[in-house]
Amino acid sequence: MTPHLSITDQPIDVAAALAAVQTDAAGAVNSFIGTVRNQSGGRRVRRLHYESYDSMALTQLGHVVAQAYEKWPMLQEVAVVHRKGTLNLGDVAVVVAVATPHRAESFAACQFIIDTLKQVVTIWKREEYEDGTEWVAAHP
Amino acid sequence: MALKIALFGITRDIVGQPTLEMPTPAPATVGALLDHMRAHYPALGQLRSCAVAVNNEYAPADQALGPNDEIALIPPVAGG
Repeated sequence: MTPHLSITDQPIDVAAALAAVQTDAAGAVNSFIGTVRNQSGGRRVRRLHYESYDSMALTQLGHVVAQAYEKWPMLQEVAVVHRKGTLNLGDVAVVVAVATPHRAESFAACQFIIDTLKQVVTIWKREEYEDGTEWVAAHP
Repeated sequence: MALKIALFGITRDIVGQPTLEMPTPAPATVGALLDHMRAHYPALGQLRSCAVAVNNEYAPADQALGPNDEIALIPPVAGG
């Protein structure tokens, strides 16, 4: 039940993340796949650059997953893989996969993990547009 | 005693370098460090938030800082 957590500068292997949570104790596997979109706030996005403070990101991700295990004790396996570096449109930026005995908890736990990840995990996103770049969410 | 501060994302752009060495503020706390940084780099005050991490954990303003701590400025995160 040790979670599979990683931050990588290589393309994410979604199938491998799903395989990592496979267990005979689970009747449900739920996943979230975040991909690079072609626009943001009405501006055309050309590509993204993700920067990570790896050691803290993995520490905080561990806390997020530990909270999920507390909230859903039936949670079996968890995998979270986040990409860093330069990503092009359509690239996979993050995968969250969870395995639970039944489906309701799988949806809830998967959503909790991605939502909380976005709040606390030390990864930053710089969007590149036709006419410049910007750190996402940096300013009010 | 000097502190070494790691900078990420927009804080690295604001300061202009990935790490910063600075004399330990008085008192040697997270809050005093933030006050010092904002005074020297006013653009940090324009951010939606700026937290301090000590040894990979978010640190409250009254937390003490030591020379062996791994310290980082944490601008608003945007993973996912």
